[in-house]
Amino acid sequence: MNISDLTDRFGLLAVGLVAFAAVMLALYGIAELASRRNSNRLVATVFLFPALLFLVVGLVYPAVRTFIMSFYSGDGSKFIGLDNYAWVFSNDSALQTLINTALWVVIVPAVSTALGLVYAVLIDGRRGERVYKALVFLPMGISFVGASIIWKFIYQYKASGKQLGLLNQLLVWAGFDPVNWLNNFPTNNFLLMVVLIWIQVGFATVVLSAALKGVPVDIIEAARIDGANPSEIFWNVTVPSIRSAIIVVAVTVFIATLKLFDIVRAMTGGHHGTDVLAHNMWDQAFRLGNDGRGATMAVLLFALVIPVVIYQVRNIRRQELEAR
Amino acid sequence: MSVKTEPRPESAPRSAIGESRGERLRRLFSSRIASAFAVVIAVLWTIPTAGLFISSLRPEDDIRTSGWWNVFTDPSFTLDTYNYVLYSTSAGGGLIRNLINTVVITIPGVIVPVVFAAMAAYALSWIDFKGRNLLYIAVFALQVVPIQMALIPLLSFFSKGLAIGDMTIMPAWELHGVNTIVQVWIAHSIFGLPLAIFLLHNFMRELPGDVMEAARIDGASHSQIFRKVVLPLVTPALASIGIFQFLWVWNDFLVGRTFGGGEATRPLTAVLGDMAGTWGFGWTRLPAAAFIAIIVPLLVFLLLQRYFVRGLLAGSVKG
Repeated sequence: MNISDLTDRFGLLAVGLVAFAAVMLALYGIAELASRRNSNRLVATVFLFPALLFLVVGLVYPAVRTFIMSFYSGDGSKFIGLDNYAWVFSNDSALQTLINTALWVVIVPAVSTALGLVYAVLIDGRRGERVYKALVFLPMGISFVGASIIWKFIYQYKASGKQLGLLNQLLVWAGFDPVNWLNNFPTNNFLLMVVLIWIQVGFATVVLSAALKGVPVDIIEAARIDGANPSEIFWNVTVPSIRSAIIVVAVTVFIATLKLFDIVRAMTGGHHGTDVLAHNMWDQAFRLGNDGRGATMAVLLFALVIPVVIYQVRNIRRQELEAR
Repeated sequence: MSVKTEPRPESAPRSAIGESRGERLRRLFSSRIASAFAVVIAVLWTIPTAGLFISSLRPEDDIRTSGWWNVFTDPSFTLDTYNYVLYSTSAGGGLIRNLINTVVITIPGVIVPVVFAAMAAYALSWIDFKGRNLLYIAVFALQVVPIQMALIPLLSFFSKGLAIGDMTIMPAWELHGVNTIVQVWIAHSIFGLPLAIFLLHNFMRELPGDVMEAARIDGASHSQIFRKVVLPLVTPALASIGIFQFLWVWNDFLVGRTFGGGEATRPLTAVLGDMAGTWGFGWTRLPAAAFIAIIVPLLVFLLLQRYFVRGLLAGSVKG
């Protein structure tokens, strides 16, 4: 590393921070002036200006632009109507991408939420609960890329000799032949899902465990006195009591799963039949240079999020009404 | 999105029979199987990371020829790999440069969106103006727009500028070398805003109105109230959101890879993602390289978990 690498980067950081401070000072001055003229509208404009500028230029305009691009050819020069969408639903690898995405968004939220719930129930009130929780929660702090590397080593395969991956070593110890896991379709899809589940179970555990603490003891007590057995209590009392928390967890994991890019990119690059929507979008646009198809993938992604969010908003509304 | 939870009083409530609710629930699964299951999960969740850490400390030849569990029978450790990936000028080395990129990207990538979001959230919760609710709903809705919807046009905005027909509204930014990092700052600031505004708005709306009223009667302007009354009151919320954004930016691959320019100016995670994807001849150095990237957020996460969990429970959907 040269010293100029340091000065370049930290110099840029210093300039950036000074520029930001200058902008803030200017905004503050303008807001003070606006206050003196006693115009709420003007003050609000000053307070909202930077955020709205960023959002309009960086999110609203690009989203509209992406939508339009999805009706154009790869280099954006020719209007081709719905051809890109027709391609998605007729091309074999694109279809495989859709199927994989469907599997991901069903399996990952379901398994993460279920495991998180079971684990939260098991450790609730147990001695060392905090440690149990922390251990499972830890992967939340690890990047998807970091987690992918961790698991790529677990799945590592060698045709002969000592195995380096734990999974294959376990197979060998058990007397089986090692498997080239990540190239092995369709199993590889599920092995990739394991990585995301590994990350998300901690999230589910923490949220659901907090919800469990809110279940009133007397309800469970009453059910028990009425002669309900433990599994009846679990399904008929505990689960309904934390229903909204379960939904929030499942939906949050669902959205994270839908937008998954890193794990596929770092583990298989989408090869061997493991591509998913969000990764294929990037691949089309930035590796293969086909903006039209990339945009189409992004639009499909967006379309899949919308119904879930509508459901979620309704869920929160109902929750707020119940709380009143 | 929020989960309604009520904290349980510190002294665990006991039923008439003298059993805590936890004990009772646990009986669902016969106690021993339950214990075993909990331990198995806890172990399964820890071993992969521990394995990577052990690998990162082993000599290259060992990594190439045997699995990390062999250290228990044949221990040998070295810091050489760390040294190589950070400082070597040969292939796969010199990651210190990318680590510095990550730091340089993360600081403004956290400060800018949180500050802008705080200002916007204040205006949306405490300044009376026409169309406020409509504007808030619009910002709320933006949370659901996936980043993927913005990538292609935003990148072309930086590289080609913005033009309607022949009229240039914004010329190309022409960022080269280290300056490319500016794009990453802006991209992270944009993508962090909707969630930060939403969460901060939730917190600020709950502040007592009489305090604001009193300050206003004393002649304080909105910017004074924002700085002297609101900001100190929402500090815990700012901390939660700051940690969220920190973890998001530090761990990000997609934004850094897309907007980070060439390999020399990309953040560490973006370079690692590509290294893992190609799995080239330098794969034996991946554990050390990955651990350098993992350790910082992991420490922050462990030390500040309380704030993070609070933020989580306040709810999250990241665009």
